[in-house]
Amino acid sequence: MGQVITIDPITRLEGHGKITIFLNDSGNVDRAFFQIPELRGFEAFCVGRPAEEMPQITSRICGVCPSAHHMASTKTLDSLWDVEPTPTAKIIRQLYYNLFFVEDHTIHFYFLGGPDFVVGPDAPAGERNILGVIGKVGVDVAKQVITIRKRCRDMMAEIGGKAIHPVLGLPGGVAKQITEDTRGVLKELANDCIEFAKFSIQVFNDIVLKNQTYVDVILSDAYNHETYYMGLVDSDKRVNFYDGKIRVVNPDGCEVHLFDVKDYTDYIAEQVEEWSYIKFPYLKKIGWKGFIDGVDSGVVRVAPLARLNASEGMATPLAQVEYDRMYNILGGKPAHNTLAMHWARLIEMLYAAERVKELADAEELTLPNIRNMDLKTPKEGIGVVEAPRGTLIHHYESDERGVLTGVNLLVATLFNSAPICMSVEKAAKSLIKGGEVDDGLLNMVEMAFRAYDPCFGCATHSLPGEMPLNITFRNNDGDVLGSMIRDNNGRESLTWK
Amino acid sequence: MSKPKVAFYWCASCGGCEEAVVDLAERILDVVAAVDIVFWPVALDFKVKHLEAMQDGSIAVAFINGAIRTSEQEHIVKLLRKKAGLVVAFGACAALGGIPSLANLTNKEKIFNRSYHNSPSVDNPTGTVPKTETIVDGHTLKLPEFYETVYKLDDVIDVDYYLPGCAPVPDLIMEAVLAILEGKLPPKGAILSPDKSLCSSCDRNESKPEDITIGEIKRVIDIEVDPEKCFLAQGIICMGPATRDGCGEPCINGNMPCTGCFGPTDSCRDQGAKMIATLAPLLEGDDEEAVRKALEGIIDPAGTFYRYAVSGSLLGAARKEVE
Amino acid sequence: MDVFEPKIVAFVCNWCSYAGADKAGSLKLDYSADVKLIRIMCSGRVDPQFVMDAFREGADGVMVLGCHPGDCHYRTGNIKAMKRFMLLEKMITQFGIDSNRLKLDWVAAGEAEQFQKVANTMVKSIKELGPLKIEGFVKSEVTNV
Repeated sequence: MGQVITIDPITRLEGHGKITIFLNDSGNVDRAFFQIPELRGFEAFCVGRPAEEMPQITSRICGVCPSAHHMASTKTLDSLWDVEPTPTAKIIRQLYYNLFFVEDHTIHFYFLGGPDFVVGPDAPAGERNILGVIGKVGVDVAKQVITIRKRCRDMMAEIGGKAIHPVLGLPGGVAKQITEDTRGVLKELANDCIEFAKFSIQVFNDIVLKNQTYVDVILSDAYNHETYYMGLVDSDKRVNFYDGKIRVVNPDGCEVHLFDVKDYTDYIAEQVEEWSYIKFPYLKKIGWKGFIDGVDSGVVRVAPLARLNASEGMATPLAQVEYDRMYNILGGKPAHNTLAMHWARLIEMLYAAERVKELADAEELTLPNIRNMDLKTPKEGIGVVEAPRGTLIHHYESDERGVLTGVNLLVATLFNSAPICMSVEKAAKSLIKGGEVDDGLLNMVEMAFRAYDPCFGCATHSLPGEMPLNITFRNNDGDVLGSMIRDNNGRESLTWK
Repeated sequence: MSKPKVAFYWCASCGGCEEAVVDLAERILDVVAAVDIVFWPVALDFKVKHLEAMQDGSIAVAFINGAIRTSEQEHIVKLLRKKAGLVVAFGACAALGGIPSLANLTNKEKIFNRSYHNSPSVDNPTGTVPKTETIVDGHTLKLPEFYETVYKLDDVIDVDYYLPGCAPVPDLIMEAVLAILEGKLPPKGAILSPDKSLCSSCDRNESKPEDITIGEIKRVIDIEVDPEKCFLAQGIICMGPATRDGCGEPCINGNMPCTGCFGPTDSCRDQGAKMIATLAPLLEGDDEEAVRKALEGIIDPAGTFYRYAVSGSLLGAARKEVE
Repeated sequence: MDVFEPKIVAFVCNWCSYAGADKAGSLKLDYSADVKLIRIMCSGRVDPQFVMDAFREGADGVMVLGCHPGDCHYRTGNIKAMKRFMLLEKMITQFGIDSNRLKLDWVAAGEAEQFQKVANTMVKSIKELGPLKIEGFVKSEVTNV
């Protein structure tokens, strides 16, 4: 048996993971596995909690994107208690949420994934981080990044109590009113965020797109997968982070699904494997065919590039220009190049900043009517948002007092878990040949997952119990012995070979 | 003279403590100028093998956040204990178990059932679940063991200091870092935030009546919350009286009650028990009937009074010797 | 086979229930030696931490015995005890402890028979429940009290 290489832990992401690469006797990659070694059990331990506590409890699934869970949870409470949030509450929520997107995408580009490009993928390990980025772009730029992020975080804390684990979400509304003074600060901040987003796109242009080596890496086959794409769209089928219908396009870019989140169990199912704590969602109507690409495989990708692929455009003018430019350069829609996620992320940052500006100007922003108190008897609620890392669905069942009896969470990075495994294995097989391995090459394998900006704390909260499932039974040699399929009504059929 | 070495690690955590460090904003430039960060998976590419290669005691201080849920987490924190002079339990999860320790109110079996099986009617002994060792295509793959109980950090290793909060606040983080660099630390075992309850700094303190009496406990969904008045005086449970000060009351400023993330003060052994001791006498009525009615609004006492502290409670996670 | 001898801790207040227990003793009224008395000045002194500590250290049952309502030496201490007790009772089941393992009752200074009855009833009920095994997580090693 050949050499075994372990990358442990994977770094510059949220969560825990390791990559194990098995080489055959010729030193080429036989298999590469991406394993998630963590699990916490949110869906089990949230049962018995009062539903209104969920926005604050589920935000602890992830401290990098707590606002995503907080918002998904808050919308689920709207659904659970069948209450429509007030117009002012909707504006406040969306404003907060888009501000969060600006801030979160900033963190990823400059701190997490970006260093791979800004410093270079095979730079020494000690330099492949934010400190190396600062070394490359200069302290002044670094201070700009730090300052804009702090201003966004401070405003999020003003609106939502805290930036890490906010408190604003309530069924039918938000907890706190916004003053005219705050509006003034917001308008200035929004303008600066737009400028900063434009600046970041410029950085990407100058450092990445003008560097032919990097462009070749982006367009290379090692980082290319032809999959389905999924994201939320508004009524004009443009990207929307807060609300809308879920749209799925196939690898050729044609729409195959457009549905309301309440019907999600008709469209999404999950696969369990023994070698990872994470599960692998896929498109139910296409079916699970394994970790492969193509129109016959139910593997679906989410997050920035997928959202842009699954949409007809951006809802704000500057972002739309960048959207068109990206697809021109990449050669059309949909774009299958995994590393283009970094680019799409910056376009989303610009859109989010433009939205903050629009919402900061909204008249209803500062009105006192921030809560609709007309709550009906709770029973079941389903809510969806786009988290920075993809589509995020919360689903709660409760008794008539609103005490939770069941919790299902379909978390963004979960959808990307199969694509990530595929991307890592493909990159490993393409880059590692003849037993030649060095730190730089291993980092390029890690780049395959980092583009997805994964959040494995999110992905391994624990996984739903009432989801349709497809389970494959294998013996120790890996031969398939049989399979069990459970549909979304809980009916199971077992077939043994 | 070389700069002191510092390590950050996360166990069963959410990454919020990492974000709290990044929230030092421009102060982080001062920190990185003063120390050498040798291990920090969220931001730097150093791997476990780099950590293993370091000399024992060569790391000045290791900041560890997250609760202990798996064998891998136990292994790494024991490694860090060997390599570090000081260990700081960073954040509520490391100090008290945090939100993940709510899992101690359920159990591993229910968690796995909920995650990987479904109904009790599945009659299938070979149902697929993640295993600590599997073989795929002839290759052996391992996963760490998922423990029965969620532990806080000092259940597993010796801890020198505690920085409370979910997440800890930048000002207290900076104070702690400076104290370490300047060698001005309090006695070992100290919790690095003021030893008094939240109520002492709360802006709404003045609105508290001389005697608070609660006729009926209210949930936040029941009433429109008055943004100026003490939550307890409005009948809403606020963990302020049983929670340590130092956060700056951000939740209160967000017009929501405190949920207790800083944990208890030094004089209190068990946060939830203390809250019961404080809250119960505020309820109106002298007979069981009246008290029972007043208590109806408390739906989930354990989850409310020990939101972040189940592992730290007297009953919540009875200790087991961890190998 | 070993007969289960439950360990029961009873917090008894100086002015009423302790005196009642004392009187039971002097009248040679038989009550189980499984009940260990801890004297405090008032039932209102019983911090819920004491109760949880008792369970943690190996008690199978815990009692809090105070003066009858209206008779408290400190006026309202026993009422506070009642309120704390009711909230604690509500919570203890979430930790996997049957709420019948916790008992609040009133015993006056002269009520020797009442004390005997309360003590022996508790022992009987705990014997039926069996030794305390906290569900859902691993129980620590308990030192012999």
